[in-house]
Order: sequence, then structure tokens, then C-alpha cells
Amino acid sequence: MNSFFDTIFTSDFVFSTIRVTTPILFAALGALISNKAGSPNIGLEGIMLMSALGGVVFSAYTGSAFIGLLGAVLVGLISASILAYFTLKLKTDVILGGIAINFFADGGTIFLLYYLTGDKGTSSSLPSKVLPNIDLPIIQNIPVLGDIISGHNILTYVAIILIIGVWYLLNKTATGLRIKSVGENEDAAKSVGVNIMKVRYLAMALSGVFAGLGGAFLSMGYVSWFSRGMSAGRGWIALAAEAMGRGTVLGTTLSSILFGAADALSNTLQLLGIPSELISIIPYLATVIGLLIYAINNTKKRKLKE
Amino acid sequence: MDNYILELKNIMKLYNNGVVANKKVNFELKEGEIHAIVGENGAGKSTLMKILFGMEQPTSGEIFFKGKKTNIEGSDKAIEMGIGMVHQHFMLVPSFTIAQNMILGMEPKKGISIDYNKATDMIKDLIKVYNLKVDPNMKTEDLSVGMKQKVEILKALLRGAKILILDEPTAVLTPQETDELFVQLKKLKENGHTIIFISHKLREVKSICDRVTVIKKGLTMGTYNVSDMTEQEISNIMIGRDVVLKYDKRKNEKGEALLKVENLSYKGIEGNYILKDINFTLNRGNILGIAGIEGNGQRELISIITGNKKNYEGNVFLGEKSIQKLSIGEIKNYGMSYIPEDRMTDGVAKEAFIMENLIGNRYKSSELNNGLLFDMNKINKLSEELVSSYDVVCKDIEQKVESLSGGNIQKIVVARECSIDPEVLIAEQPTRGVDVGAAHFIHEEIIKLRDDKTAVLLVSADLNEAMELSDSLIVMFEGKIVAYFEDVKETDEEELGLYMLGIKRQSEEEIRRAIDEC
Amino acid sequence: MNVEKRFEIVRTFVAVTISLLIGFAIILFASDEPLSTLYYFIISPSTKMRYLGNVVELAIPLIFSGLATSILFQTGLFNLGSEGVFYFSGLLASIIGIKFSLSFIFHPILAILIGSLFGMIVMLLIGFFKAKWNASELVISLMFNSIFFGIGAYILNFYFRDPNVSGVYSFKMNESVFLNKIIPGTRIHTGLIIALLTVFLVYLFLYRTRWGYEIRMTGLNKRFGKYTGMNTTKVILIASILAGAIAGMGGAVEIIGMYDRFKWSALPGLGFDGALIAMLAKNKPKNVIFAALFLAYIRIGADLMARMTDIPSEMVYILQAIIILFISGKKFLEGYKEKSLLKEVKNNE
Repeated sequence: MNSFFDTIFTSDFVFSTIRVTTPILFAALGALISNKAGSPNIGLEGIMLMSALGGVVFSAYTGSAFIGLLGAVLVGLISASILAYFTLKLKTDVILGGIAINFFADGGTIFLLYYLTGDKGTSSSLPSKVLPNIDLPIIQNIPVLGDIISGHNILTYVAIILIIGVWYLLNKTATGLRIKSVGENEDAAKSVGVNIMKVRYLAMALSGVFAGLGGAFLSMGYVSWFSRGMSAGRGWIALAAEAMGRGTVLGTTLSSILFGAADALSNTLQLLGIPSELISIIPYLATVIGLLIYAINNTKKRKLKE
Repeated sequence: MDNYILELKNIMKLYNNGVVANKKVNFELKEGEIHAIVGENGAGKSTLMKILFGMEQPTSGEIFFKGKKTNIEGSDKAIEMGIGMVHQHFMLVPSFTIAQNMILGMEPKKGISIDYNKATDMIKDLIKVYNLKVDPNMKTEDLSVGMKQKVEILKALLRGAKILILDEPTAVLTPQETDELFVQLKKLKENGHTIIFISHKLREVKSICDRVTVIKKGLTMGTYNVSDMTEQEISNIMIGRDVVLKYDKRKNEKGEALLKVENLSYKGIEGNYILKDINFTLNRGNILGIAGIEGNGQRELISIITGNKKNYEGNVFLGEKSIQKLSIGEIKNYGMSYIPEDRMTDGVAKEAFIMENLIGNRYKSSELNNGLLFDMNKINKLSEELVSSYDVVCKDIEQKVESLSGGNIQKIVVARECSIDPEVLIAEQPTRGVDVGAAHFIHEEIIKLRDDKTAVLLVSADLNEAMELSDSLIVMFEGKIVAYFEDVKETDEEELGLYMLGIKRQSEEEIRRAIDEC
Repeated sequence: MNVEKRFEIVRTFVAVTISLLIGFAIILFASDEPLSTLYYFIISPSTKMRYLGNVVELAIPLIFSGLATSILFQTGLFNLGSEGVFYFSGLLASIIGIKFSLSFIFHPILAILIGSLFGMIVMLLIGFFKAKWNASELVISLMFNSIFFGIGAYILNFYFRDPNVSGVYSFKMNESVFLNKIIPGTRIHTGLIIALLTVFLVYLFLYRTRWGYEIRMTGLNKRFGKYTGMNTTKVILIASILAGAIAGMGGAVEIIGMYDRFKWSALPGLGFDGALIAMLAKNKPKNVIFAALFLAYIRIGADLMARMTDIPSEMVYILQAIIILFISGKKFLEGYKEKSLLKEVKNNE
């Protein structure tokens, strides 16, 4: 047991939590925006996966990590827009549409990977680029804090900035006000001339961009290659994190960190000789438990209201 | 002619589903007046209002704004012309502050963010000018109904409205809030605004409006100076029957009480009483009608009786049993049938076959089951019988309900609910939106049930229907019973109109007869 | 045939055609020899008895997962847990196969029963969470899939792994558990009979019993169900248990019908395929057979194509996603439907 706590209370563990939280956080913030507009994006998992491959492919063929990043974001944007077209315009059920995007991503990424490399497992034969890690000046020299905060991938810092950015967007800008109004009372928004379709498209597109950043982090930051199914449920975990965060930026961030910690824990416990198969279920178990606690509380509150 | 700010000429509106909501409407609005539009449910008021606010386009007819012919293509255009609307169901986002709700869609900006200082200033100015006291930083969901309405009015004013349309603005208000609203409306009028006041309540029309336009069955009956008319006279123009239905009803002996409602009260989400101290008894072999303008608590009353709402005060007894603890299924098993008001959402599964919809209240019965399995022969036979005896026009019983016309769908609901010989039948607007032939058929079915000793509770906003079908009659107004007639022949439509519109009410003793004498 | 039925068939047909055309376009674009690739994809599965056998073999588990998913979808539950149930029930069946030796017919029956029981418990849990607390059945079922895969992989690796073979495979099962092959020249096994029987029983249940009636009516219009006095919670639980039993049965049947050891090193994907089959079949048990055969056919076609040409079989997943998108698009081809409905209403009056 001692060794367990020794593992948790280290700067390494906190550093690793921040690292693995990054992709979950991106997707969860994306989920937050689209949910606020009342058009949930259930395709985040698949969109992340496609963007992860997109980043690898674009960076490998241009030799530029930055263009790779742009490519990943573009893939996220386009696939979310396609999903938006189906759900908003053709009235495809949001859940079925999301499921379809995930299937598409599962098969499509392997298809493309094989087409480009002749390998169905990983992209290791593609000379893809990695986004840089950044040492924060001054902070890096502070003991403990420096070890935790400095030296992360640039996208981790982008994610942190985006927490504030999303908060600002939703709470300070006209666009944010409209997004929230459309999600909360469509008729009210319509009655003052807000274009509901446009706002929802925008929210979906933004959630795609965020998932794209998350995907880029997976294949160009977390590791330096693409492997099949590498989003590994993070998109779904992000949906759970958004729900548990009760639609607030802070809550979403905190629950993302919680799930990130569960993920980091599973990475760390591996070092202690606990079977990796069992460890791998920790993040998913944490998600189920988190969702249940959230749902039970919600039910209680609803009952009180009635 | 030139002093009209807005003028509608020969407006006709035909909806895609073939309903003519406005046949020929003429309406002239003078600048600076408070102009009432009154009419029964379905008379075409709301369509007229939608046309005025650009939410619907007239099929034919002309609109003149300040003497110039115009089209109001959308709400944007209406707002631009200076027309504002206060909807009956408030168009507010609950989690927003008052300020946020007011500026939505026209946010003042500083850089990329909203300039809340400027927003607050804009609102404060407005509050000062119109003396409507609200705190712009309060959350909308915490506001009282009256406050929300003020916010709606301010929202319209902020958008530069000179003409304000208020759709039944007092329906949700307490008497004090109503008084306050009227003070504000007068103030607005003094400041040069023109107000269109849509209402059922003639007392209010009398007290605040300058002129009144009466609409009946899609036609304008005329525009009058309010000071020239009594409430009684307006009521007579508004309500009144042209076609009189006649049914041969034999005199029926009233049987024992099957449904008793005692001191029933019910609070809405806003915390106001939607039902207050309702008492009545429903007897075997009797049709008890509930007349009243819609939205006076009838829907909530039926929801409670059918077991859909439980958090009420008082008691409802089905036979000897309180329904408080009974599930909807248990209430049905007692022998209660229910024809719901909204057949498409509550009455049928529209994507299911006719046959499947017909067995909704008896699919568990031993007659239709053969051990574990349905007895398909019997189900088919029953369905065929019902379809033919209730005269449902269809190709076969394995046709989806959604492909039938409204009248035929309603006949399916009636066939299902009436053919089990219920002890109690709750019929809520049973012939709404149904053609004359089907309506006639449904009425006769209801009378047949009553003759066979079913207790029938009939809710109808259609006075014609309520008067012809009922043996006894209750009138509801603002969540209360305001009149009770042991024998419907004691009264006439003119008198009922006065009760329905809240002009008159019986004494407590007279109303108590609804429970004592039954 | 009435308008809605005709419309649904047209819509399904158009959606499938669009996706196949996209598949052809991908082949034309990506393949060096598009014509022969197309041949392998579309024609070759029907050229040999063995290939046709493969199609039917693959259709067997797909029928189970399609049935399970259509029951869930029909009740309005977006539960994709069949995938995890398939995997874990398959593992449980193989454990029964390894650990026991029973006289011939009881052994497979025990394996299938245990698999079903597991599926019932899992789906009951997910359904309970939904009915009682409205917890998202989609996310929870997907998490469950990963959890059961993790636990299963652990059990396999630490308790039943055969160290004498390369790869993470279980020990060999006793032969008494295997399902018999029924058509010579193929590996089609008695699982086919079980699958068809299940289809028939599910049909009876859904369309000929009061409980099935409640499931269908609640799925079509929850408020109608409520107003006729149905208990929504009960309906959700019954549907979940039934779907779980069928999914569990599918996993067990697949393992004892097609394998000699447990060999799944990842989630098999068969449970997920249930979603497409349910949608193609419009949740109708009878149609599930044809939808499963269709999917099995293009899967086998894709496998042959991948083996013979430069195009990977995963192309099929792309087609699957496109079919789902279009079929579930309520407004897709709606103009056509409205026109025909209007005509029908007019003809009726």
C-alpha cells in the first residue's frame, strides 16, 4: 500500500495526469460547446481518431509538424460539419449519426493507413512529425512546481488556454450568449431573430476543431505515431466528463482531470506489477462510476423539484 | 382613413393542411389606442396575431402600414417596422440575467466581448422612461411571472417597438399583477405607444381598451368603441351558435356516484394555483360537461383524474378508492376510459397498425390471449368489427394510423375507449379538428354509452357540444368552478358566455350543489 | 403494399446503393486494377460453395447481434453492449468447453446457457441504470465493453492461456462442446438452426405476446404507452434482459461453432454490427436474417478482395457508416414520402 501512495504523491504522477488529461479535456470542451447549443456531438471519439491519423499523414507528407496540426484540425472540422449536415439538415438521430461517424472512423482510418503504408496496425513507417514540448522559462526552475507544469507538449498549454477561451466565449461574447440561448430555449432565440441553424452548425464545427486538437495530441504529442483505435474511448469519456461537469467549464475541466488521473493511475500501476489487462479498465470503470453518481444525484434533484 | 397606423384588409389564411383559420378579417389600428381583439378558441385570433408579427403570411388580402401597402415577411421585418410582441408563453432563457435576455440578438459590443455596461445603461434608461422597475442583473428563472412579463415588454421596447401585441397577457397574472400591468399599459399609451390586447376577459377589455374587434369563426364581426358596449353585448357577438346540433336524448335516471372530486387544488410550476377547491360528483348514466375557455384548469383537472399528475391537494375518489396511490394502469383497470385531447401524441402510436392501436386497453385480457400468445384470429376479428361498427374509413386493419385523416384517427381512439363498456369515460375535446360527420358519429357514441349507464365527463371548449351533449354542466374559470347547472336546460348560451368570460359567477351554495345534489 | 412500406424499402435501397457507389468510387480511385477488385468484392463470394458457406457462417453471429440490437433500438434504447457481451460470453463458453466434459448435447447447451445468463445480467444492469436514473445507456454500454474486454483478457491470459501455442489463445475445448457441422463442404454449424429458431421466437415474442406489444408500443410512442397504462421501467428491463440473452447466446454459439480454442485478441466487432443490421432490418426479426446475410456477403467479398488485391477489407466499415447515416436521416427523401402519403390520403377519402 505504501508503494501505491508513493506512486501517487509524486510530481511524476501529477505531470502524467496533466499529460493524459489533455486529449480528454479537448474533447470534453468540444462536447461542452455543442451541448450548450443543444446539438450534442456523439461522434467525438471517431473524429479524434480521424484527426489523429490526419495529423500524422499531413505532417509526414509536408515534413511540417505545424501543417500536420492544421491538417488534424481540418479533418476534425470537416467531419464534424458532415455530421452536422446529417443531424441538423437531414434530421438523422444525433446518437445514430454519432455511432455512424465512429464506425466510419474505425474502418476509414485503417483503410487509409493500409492504403498509405501497407500496415494495418501503426503508422511507424510514415516519417511523421511531433509537436514540440515546451520548457517554461523561470517556472521550470521552481522545485516540484517546475517538474509538474513545465516541459509539457505545446498542445497541453493550448488546452489550458482553451479552458479560459471557452469560458470567455460562452460567458463574455455575443456568440456564446446565442449558443446558450439556442440550447436552452430555441423559441426565445428564434423570436429575437437568432439563426438557430447557423449557431448549431458553428457549435458543431467548433467541437470538431477541439476534437481535432485532441486527435493531433494523441498522434503527435502523446506518442509519435498513429495506431488503430488509438482514441481508446477518450471521446466517450469526454462526453461523460461534460455531463458530470454539469455543463460548466470549470466542472468539465475538473471531471476531465479526474478521468485523466484514473488514466494516469493505470499507467503508473503497470509499474507495480499489477496485470495490465486489469489496469486497463480503470479509466472505464471510473467513467461508469462517475456517470452513475451524476445520474443518481440528478434523479434525486428532479424528484425534489417535483 | 389616413390616421390608421396599421390596416388589414380582407385577410384570408389557408394552412397547408386545408384549415382556413382566417376567412375574411378586417382590422384597423389607430395610433395611440389600446385595441382589444376578442374571440373564442379557434376563432382565428392567434393566426391573425401571427400574421401581424410576420410569423405567418396571409394567403390573400392586404396589409397597410402607415397608409402604405406592405408585406410583413418575418419577425425581423415586424421588429424593424416597430412591432413588438409579448407572447403568452414567455420567450426567455431561464438561466440568463434580465439584461442578457433583453440584449440577445442585438448585443452591444466592445471589441469581441459584450459590453454589459452599455447594455445595463440602455436598460436603465428604458426602465426610467417607462417606470417598469426591474433589476437587470437578476436571473430570469428567479423572477415572478409578472416580472417576466415586464421583461418581455421591455425587450420589445428595447427593439424600438411602437406597436405592442400582447397575447392574453393576464392569463398567467395574479389580480394585483394585472392591475400593475394595466397601469403600465396606460403609461405606455401616454408615451405614444399603440397596443393590441388579445384577451377573453371582457372585464379587462372594458377597463383598459379603447376599441374592440370581435372575431368569430375566422370572420371579423365588427369593431366597436368599448365605451358604447356592455360586456353582455360583446359576449353576445362573440359567443353564439349558428348550427344547432340536436340529439334525441331520452331522460335518464342518475345512478350512484362513480367519481368524486373533493376540495381539489393544484399548483403549477410557477407556484400559482391552477386549480382551486374543485368539488363535483360524476354519476352513473349522466354526462357532466365542463365548459370554459381553454386554459382555465381543465387540462390539469383531467391529468389528475386520469392519474398523470399526483402532486395535488384534496381527494379524487374512483368508486370508494382514492386515486392518489393508483397507477394509470390500475385506474384503467377500474373501468375508466379516456379520450385524450391530443390524439396524435397521447391517443395513438401513429406508426403502428390500426389493429395495434385498437387493442391498447385490452391486450392483456384473456379473451385476446391464448395462454402466452395473442389469439390473432380474435384480435383481427375484433379489429374488423370495431373498424366497421365505428365506421373507420381505411383499406385494412394493417395500415399505419398516420396515413388516416384526423376524423378517422379520432374514431379509432373512440372505438378503443368506448367499446369496452367503461364505467367512467373521460372525453377531452372529443371532436376537435374532426369533420362534421365524424363529430356527429362520436357524439352519438357518447350518448349511447350514457344510456348504457356509463358516467361521462365531457370537457369541451365548444359550447355547442357542451350544451347539446351534457345532462349537467359545470363552468370553469381561472381554475375554479364558477357555475353549476343540474340540468343544462336551465341555462342558455348567453348566460354561459358570461360565466365563461368571468363576468358572472354563482354563489358558493349554488356551486356546492355540484357535489351535494348529484 | 402501402405507401410507408414501399417508402421504407425505397429508402433502404437508395441508402445501400449510395454506399455501394461510394465503395465503387473508392475502389476505382484506390485500386490499381479496379475491375478485378470489383469482381472480387461483388461477384466472387457467390462463385464457390465454400465462399457461400463463409457468408452463412458469418451471418450466424450477425443474426444474433442484429436481433439483440433491434430489440434494444425498438425500445428506444441506444445500447451497444452486445459487443462486450459477445466477447465475454464467448470466453465463458470456451471455459465451459475447457473445464467440463458432458455427454454430447448437454455440453453445448450448458455453454450457451451460461453465455446467455451473462448477457442477461449485463444488459439488465445497463437497463436498470437507464430506467431508474436515466444514466446514458450508450456511454455506459461502451464503457462496459472495454471493461469486460479487460477482465476477459486478464482471465484468458492468466488462467486459460495455452503456453504451447504462439499467440494468446486458450487451451483446446473438449470436443463434446462443439456444435455439429450440418452442410458438407462448409463449416456451417447447428448454430444456424439455433439462430433461425431464435428469430422465430423473437418474432413471436414481439408480435404475438402482450409483453412484446408493450415493448413495441412504448418504443413507438412512449406517451401512448403511458396513457394505456404500461409500466415503462418494466418494459425497459424486459427488453434489456431479452437482448442480453440473445447477445450472450450469439457469443457462445460463435465460439463453440467456429473455433476450437478461444482466439479473440480484441473485441470481435460482431456486436457493433448489430446496429447496422437492426437499422437495415427496420428492427423486424424476419428482416434481420436478410440484413445479416447482406452484411456477411459484403464482408466476405471484402475479405476476398483484400486477400486478392490491394484494397483492405475495412472499406466495408466505411460503407456501413454511410448506410446508417442515410437510413436514419428522417428528412432523407422525405419529399418523396410526403407526396405519396398525400396521394394516399386523397385516395382514401
